[in-house]
Amino acid sequence: MPETIEQKPPKKKLVNWEELSRQIKASQFYKSMFRRDYKDTPRNRALAVIGNVWLHLHPVKVRKHGIRYSFTWGMGGISFYLFLVLLVSGVLLMFYYRPSIPEAYHDMKFLEFDVPFGMFLRNIHRWSGHAMVVTVWLHMLRVFMTGSYKPPREFNWGVGVVLLTFTLLLSFTGYLLPWDQLALWAVTVGTNMAKATPFLGAEGPFSIVDAASDVRFALLGGRIVGPNALLRFYVFHCIAFPLIFLVFLSVHLWRVRKDGGISGP
Amino acid sequence: MEHFIKILSKPDNIPIAGMVLLVFFYTGWAFVMAIRNDLRIKAGKGPLELEESGLKVDVMPHLLKREFIAALVVTIILVIWSVAVNAPLEEIANPAVTPNPSKAPWYFLGLQEMLVYFDPWLAGVVFPTLIILGLMAIPYLDKNAKGNGYYTLQERPFAIFGFLFGFLILWVAMIFTGTFMRGPGWNFFSPFEPWDVHKVVPLTNVDLSELLDIDPKTPWYVREVPGFLFLLLWFTFIPYVVALVKRAFFAQLGIVRYWVTMFLFLFMLLLPVKMILRWTLNLKYLIVTPWFNI
Repeated sequence: MPETIEQKPPKKKLVNWEELSRQIKASQFYKSMFRRDYKDTPRNRALAVIGNVWLHLHPVKVRKHGIRYSFTWGMGGISFYLFLVLLVSGVLLMFYYRPSIPEAYHDMKFLEFDVPFGMFLRNIHRWSGHAMVVTVWLHMLRVFMTGSYKPPREFNWGVGVVLLTFTLLLSFTGYLLPWDQLALWAVTVGTNMAKATPFLGAEGPFSIVDAASDVRFALLGGRIVGPNALLRFYVFHCIAFPLIFLVFLSVHLWRVRKDGGISGP
Repeated sequence: MEHFIKILSKPDNIPIAGMVLLVFFYTGWAFVMAIRNDLRIKAGKGPLELEESGLKVDVMPHLLKREFIAALVVTIILVIWSVAVNAPLEEIANPAVTPNPSKAPWYFLGLQEMLVYFDPWLAGVVFPTLIILGLMAIPYLDKNAKGNGYYTLQERPFAIFGFLFGFLILWVAMIFTGTFMRGPGWNFFSPFEPWDVHKVVPLTNVDLSELLDIDPKTPWYVREVPGFLFLLLWFTFIPYVVALVKRAFFAQLGIVRYWVTMFLFLFMLLLPVKMILRWTLNLKYLIVTPWFNI
């Protein structure tokens, strides 16, 4: 029997959104609430972007391939969004945190058991931080796989590497702040590396300094991960690194536009 | 298996599992896109992105819509994650009690894993510095003008191979190893093997000079000649041979760029080379001097 090719009837939409939107806009209730319609014209579309201080980071128009998730994976934007989440949740956490021993640890318990939504706040800060490390890596992977570091974007790739480094440093300095065993020993392992710095570490090759004046001492404010280290990491984590990060982030976003937007053939 | 799940379900290890899955997914995705483009280029059609890169769309609503959806999805994931899993909090920090194993934060476990094969000044200082500088140098070393702004494999195979080797094998896989296969004493355990605190691993590692039966009493500058020779040849002879074989590559880069590229690439390869030498010959150090060991 010869096979017959069935002609598929056009898919019937479950909801006709355009018709629904027209009906809502024509209703008495909608009209009583908004009085005038906001016309969807090219001019209004442009004004929505230009006339908004937050949105005008964007150009008015972009090349079509550049808005596809399949091309950019959205990872740069998601990293930026996670940074904002971290900024807000971080500021809220600062209200309940004292960078001294043993108050820091007690404040963790306080957040967990007494502060309304305190545990949720701490969770969202920690998980956003971990997630941001991952999304920044994926962003770098995408930029590499599309060859987007090539001219004219060479410099912005370098700025991105600085941002990657500071993402890791921000996460690392934040790791110490709960002042529990996990924090202390993870940071001990990490900062012990600084001892081995050539020339400037007490135990490194060709050392010219002792343990009370090497880079590890400068990082920790002491020979051990103690009260001074906690205070230093707190200041790095909450003030110094976010400020540096913001400077490089501004350049990064500005250069994305100056270098011609999302890369493309 | 039970043990593997116990480690995997530690709150701080959940991001690692997510990271591994996402890296696999997106690497695979990039390959799918690249192969599709390569087939199109072969057929003379140009990459898929070219069909749309000439068209422009309004940011409002097309881009903003997508940004909004992405932010919404990320927010939902974060809220569910934060409700379901609590951030870990162990006992108060106690310098007198050292946990075994002591691990760095998960994203630095690749570096900590390197400590098995290299001394801290290399694994903890020189390698990270070179990774950062090397990444920054990539755009200035890669003179291949093709493959700018679209997925492709065959137009830039060396660049993609080099990057993915470093990222997937030497970074992501090492983090996985450091998390799931390093137990007490930083001893190696297979993923499903419970961590035995009393596991005894004989330390039988030997230096290159001992492998070659050189009298340990000879002054170091004589004793360590083979090690220095190995490194010297590694960084000169291999680039020389590669330049002879790949003349076009060498000519395209010029001598300075070529050598810097090869230096960074070979430095990266020192890690797997040392790993293999450790597994096969129990090699501890290539070079032992009074000041530093390699």
